[in-house]
Amino acid sequence: MTKFEYAPAPESRAIVDIKSSYGLFVNGEFAEPVDGSTFKSVNPATEEVLAEIASAGAEDVDRAVQAARRAYERTWSKLSGRDRGKYLFRIARIIQERARELAVLESIDNGKPIRESRDVDIPLVAAHFFYYAGWADKLAWAGAGPGPKPYGVAAQVIPWNFPLLMLSWKIAPALAAGNTVVLKPAETTPLTALLFAEICQQADLPPGVVNILTGAGDTGRALVEHPGVDKVAFTGSTEVGKQIARSVAGTAKKATLELGGKAANIVFDDAPVDQAVEGIVNGIFFNQGHVCCAGSRLLVQESVYDDVLGRLKRRLGTLRVGDPLDKNTDIGAINSAEQLARIRELSEVGEAEGAERWSPECELPERGFWFPPTLFTGVTQAHRIAREEIFGPVLSVLTFRTPAEAVEKANNTPFGLSAGVWTDKGSRILWMAQQLRAGVVWANTFNRFDPTSPFGGYKESGYGREGGRHGLLAYLKTEG
Amino acid sequence: MAERLAVKKTYKLYVGGKFPRSESGRSYEVTDAKGRFLANAAWASRKDARDAVVAARKAVGGWSGATAYNRGQVLYRVAEVMEGRHAQFVDEVAAGEGVARAKAVSLVDEAIDRWVWYAGWADKIAQVVGSSNPVAGPYFDFSVPEPTGVVAVLAPQRSSLLGLVSVLAPVIVGGNTAVLTASAERPLPAITLSEVLATSDVPGGVVNILTGTLADTAPILAAHMDVNAVDLAGAAGDAERASALELAAADNLKRVVRAPEAEPDWIAEPGLERITAYLETKTVWHPVGV
Repeated sequence: MTKFEYAPAPESRAIVDIKSSYGLFVNGEFAEPVDGSTFKSVNPATEEVLAEIASAGAEDVDRAVQAARRAYERTWSKLSGRDRGKYLFRIARIIQERARELAVLESIDNGKPIRESRDVDIPLVAAHFFYYAGWADKLAWAGAGPGPKPYGVAAQVIPWNFPLLMLSWKIAPALAAGNTVVLKPAETTPLTALLFAEICQQADLPPGVVNILTGAGDTGRALVEHPGVDKVAFTGSTEVGKQIARSVAGTAKKATLELGGKAANIVFDDAPVDQAVEGIVNGIFFNQGHVCCAGSRLLVQESVYDDVLGRLKRRLGTLRVGDPLDKNTDIGAINSAEQLARIRELSEVGEAEGAERWSPECELPERGFWFPPTLFTGVTQAHRIAREEIFGPVLSVLTFRTPAEAVEKANNTPFGLSAGVWTDKGSRILWMAQQLRAGVVWANTFNRFDPTSPFGGYKESGYGREGGRHGLLAYLKTEG
Repeated sequence: MAERLAVKKTYKLYVGGKFPRSESGRSYEVTDAKGRFLANAAWASRKDARDAVVAARKAVGGWSGATAYNRGQVLYRVAEVMEGRHAQFVDEVAAGEGVARAKAVSLVDEAIDRWVWYAGWADKIAQVVGSSNPVAGPYFDFSVPEPTGVVAVLAPQRSSLLGLVSVLAPVIVGGNTAVLTASAERPLPAITLSEVLATSDVPGGVVNILTGTLADTAPILAAHMDVNAVDLAGAAGDAERASALELAAADNLKRVVRAPEAEPDWIAEPGLERITAYLETKTVWHPVGV
């Protein structure tokens, strides 16, 4: 397979206006932190400093939670579901109107290819707001009993891999159900959340209904542990998820946790091979592998192993790594130096433990954080690269002989977020789906997301669901 | 200075995304509640009704095949475009229904909001009325709603806009297409609504609107073998006509929404009855096994 040469096709940055510094968004206004400090957000593709960001301290967290409480009691809980819905429809429309601006900003701040931010992230963000807007006046039909009630103030902490998409998964259902929110975006990707705050202003959303606090882990901890919070929603690492589960223990706070994964992508010998190869590539190299549900363990039936591996390597040779803003780029920048170090470390461990490492020839830019698409063969279930979430463009390839063995290996992990099955046989797909201990099973596809479709994990991948009717229930009290 | 002379609109039919006059060449006088002349509306013939069914049938494939998300966005778009014509609707509703301006404003508000309410159902109705069925055997079994097809709607005679939207939106939200007969004496808001639909990304033929008398078009629609369901709301209070239409509808087992004894005021939030009336339930079985 030849790699075609393309001239550079960069998307213009002109549509984005990044300020030199950003405050916190509390009670409908941007304000300097009271007891916080500042940090810098960096473009991971160039290491250019993008802006100075406020880091919220404990006092700032307290003010934001109080603003959310006031807004809950004085305005949001008094509004009709119809009017809450109308605000969310407005937000959905403004996101659609400003889609290109959001996509470019997301790619600059996160490092993901513009093709993905433009065609996946931002359209899904708008769709999520649109979907939950429609639920706001239909809560009686949500299946939460006759008189469903919101919790009150929701503390929401989100990761850096899909910054605005994760924001929409959190804020849209929370607001539709009648809660107000304080949301903390990830330290390395705060910019689209701050632009979202402006969108809330354009939509005339009542002050305090949405508050955005930027900061790092300490800010998140202070927010989650604040006694004025009724509901905690977190997407991120299993380690932090467990800390949160401990911190809400013994309180009245309700938590939903969407954590790590180590998904098996299982290819049977009767699978449509070309489609499967595309699915494997999409499964692990989409968004540089910074996906909690990434298909990071490829399980191939032995009889087709050579064929699948050969095609997979050829396909990896055509992936374009580079400028996230280039419309032809398949794989963008690793989000941070810290994450790059972790990917490198685990890849070295993989080699040291005896797996064989392979990457296509691939020129990486000099500045910025980059890692080539990589696969490991000869991986056993005991290897750390088969057990730990790498959260990067690194695929571990294992084999199996029988469906039972595939199930055994796929389930041999503390995680249980997602899984993929590739086979032409419908009954086997459904049997596999029954056996797999995972919250989402993709059959002959991978990494599909839709606002109507519940997403979330089994086991140590967390609890609660986001998306669909189930995602709404996570923000509703079900008692009378 | 002399007062400017207004340019008056010709109110025509809405069929297949176009605005034809009646093929019969007929029109009839529409007056306000006090009997003053408002306009000459097209007087649809039986042939116009049959043409409208053909247009509606043609549009079923595209509209029922659109994603639920897309249909929801189109219905929301209808609300957005209606909002821009708020004043025009208020004028027409106030004149035709003879209500005070404030009342007309609230009726138009409610009609717009009703589109928003139904827009939200597009991608949720399957989650509320569909199911996964735990059959006692190794089968994956689920039931999903699907549109029934072409729905003939006799719009309410009194509530010329809110009632009209309340019977039309639930038909198309589920992926059906509609042939609608407007209120005979108060048809103007229906035609103005068709102008909104024509500019709201609703594909041509998904909604077809006829003005005229029920006597001409209703029997044709109720008996038409290519119509799948009929809403008799417009025959409220006319039990004789309603039962004759229901009888005709039985020939191909149309799904029938019966006429109430008296027309409601349409203010209350609707339930799901009108959406589900035009949905079939499809159940799919598939074996589970290695």
